[in-house]
Amino acid sequence: MTEEVMQEERAVRRQARVDPKELIMKIVFIVAAIVFIVAVVTICVFIFAQAVPALKEIGLFKFLFTTTWKPDTSGAGGGEYGIATMIVGSCYITAGALIVGVPIGFLTAVFMARYCPKPLYKVMKPMTNILAGIPSIVYGYFGVQVIVPFVRENFGGYGFSILTASIVLGIMILPTIISVSENAIRAVPKSYFEGAVALGATKERAILLTEVPAAKSGIVTSVILGLGRVIGETMAVVMLCGNQTVLPDSVLDGVRTMTANIVLELGYATDLHRGALIATAAVLFVFILVITLLVSLIRKKAK
Amino acid sequence: MENAKALPLGKEPEKEPEIDVSKIVAINRQSLTDKLRAYCKKPFSLVLVILVLCAALLTAAAVIFIVVYTIIQGLPNLKGSLFAWEYNSDNVSMMPAIINTLFLAVMTLVIAVPIGVFAAIFMVEYAKSTNVFVKIVRMAAETLSGIPSIVFGIFGMIFFVEVVGWGFSMLAGIFTMVLMVLPLIMRTTEEALLAVPDSFREGSYALGAGKLRTIFVILLPAALSGIISGIILALGRVVGETAALIYTAGSSRKLAAGFLQSGETLSIHMYFLANEGLHVGEAWATAVVLIALVLIINGAAEFVGNKLKKEY
Repeated sequence: MTEEVMQEERAVRRQARVDPKELIMKIVFIVAAIVFIVAVVTICVFIFAQAVPALKEIGLFKFLFTTTWKPDTSGAGGGEYGIATMIVGSCYITAGALIVGVPIGFLTAVFMARYCPKPLYKVMKPMTNILAGIPSIVYGYFGVQVIVPFVRENFGGYGFSILTASIVLGIMILPTIISVSENAIRAVPKSYFEGAVALGATKERAILLTEVPAAKSGIVTSVILGLGRVIGETMAVVMLCGNQTVLPDSVLDGVRTMTANIVLELGYATDLHRGALIATAAVLFVFILVITLLVSLIRKKAK
Repeated sequence: MENAKALPLGKEPEKEPEIDVSKIVAINRQSLTDKLRAYCKKPFSLVLVILVLCAALLTAAAVIFIVVYTIIQGLPNLKGSLFAWEYNSDNVSMMPAIINTLFLAVMTLVIAVPIGVFAAIFMVEYAKSTNVFVKIVRMAAETLSGIPSIVFGIFGMIFFVEVVGWGFSMLAGIFTMVLMVLPLIMRTTEEALLAVPDSFREGSYALGAGKLRTIFVILLPAALSGIISGIILALGRVVGETAALIYTAGSSRKLAAGFLQSGETLSIHMYFLANEGLHVGEAWATAVVLIALVLIINGAAEFVGNKLKKEY
């Protein structure tokens, strides 16, 4: 009797043993995940390996906190490399674009998820997809031809300014914020809404005070993705922000961002100038690392 | 019913009179004026709903304005000479750039989609979220998705162009773009997989399917529409990318004849046109082609996505 039972058990175990195909594919999946780590590490190593010597020569403090950017193009040596103006410029434009883009994007996401009648949704969804698909270079050109003259005539200044860049970049991040937030709001169980309405809340209260907090992590993610896109944005910014390496006095002044600095000068930079540009990229990279860290901390706290 | 009971016994209850359905008013339905009146009593809700509607309107207006304005400016400038096979400074043809763009985008997706989707499968289906390895991968993906495209460009220039030694080439451009779109594909695939209800997995296991079969036969088809929308976003990013490609794929205006040849993509082509300032009309025309390219891609993918979408 016991013999039989044990035999049966053994047979069952044999069947349950992992199929080699399963194991191989599991390894493939793990390798795919490892690719991400390898990519980030490689990027870090190569950027910093070239940035650190340049930073040593310039001096980290001088590089980050002085406002004179006079690269040496003659080859005689002795240029000045301070990117403080560009750090400030990047921060202003990022903040401006988020101020324009996040409220509109978030509220549109609420509209798409909970208010939009089905026929209208069939029009709105492809429209936001179009917005996501428009290349940044087209946004830049559109900005130069339309928004720049508009700002120049209505607000003054040259038109190539923080304001112009913020408006255009704010539009650029809309689709990211809308689609990610919308998915997050849709993923909230119906019972949240029903419960809130049953307790006497209006539809708006139910959505914004129960469903939205429940979808918080998704919405925060959408804002971060938008933030990443603004900081990373180069071409539209280079065409719109004016590119002066001067500290701005108002939103109508032009600035130069770190990304713009790199793309403008990398083509002809040599030696220390090139090193300084790679160091600028390294600073951008550190910004991103800090933001990513902050976000994961916030998310941990929210849980 | 009350009436029927009140009838004397032994008598057939009279047939109920036919009800005119159109005259019935559902008490739980609000007319527009009712809604407005309710909103007036609750100013907080009124403000919110107005804000939401305004935001949606603004978004729609922005899309329509950009697209229509570009088309109005660009369409009259679309000439046959813009699509000549050979580029020269007179016809500023964009044909070589278009072909380069498509080639680069397709090759990028061929490499990036399997890696991104597989990594997402690992993250959602295999790993527990408390696992340290998973946390590191998630951190890496988040970092990667935040890295500015120009930093990818610089990295591509240092690594693929110089260290690996491919020079300014399609191959360097493709691999730089793969790194850029990977986190996007992984994130969207992850979300699509997470949206598949657990009952699908349970049902599949209960019927005796293994993990692999469950993933490829049950979960991926169910998540397909989400995955495809992620791929569209990635495609759009490749087609629209300029900064990461100027210093990797280079800016040769010829058709790239092989993986190791340099060739500009359409957006780089447009950047030079826009910057030179000599060809304003042609730049708008290029913008129209860029947008049209994206629209066609989006439309096709949306069509496929909708056809494959399953209701559950």
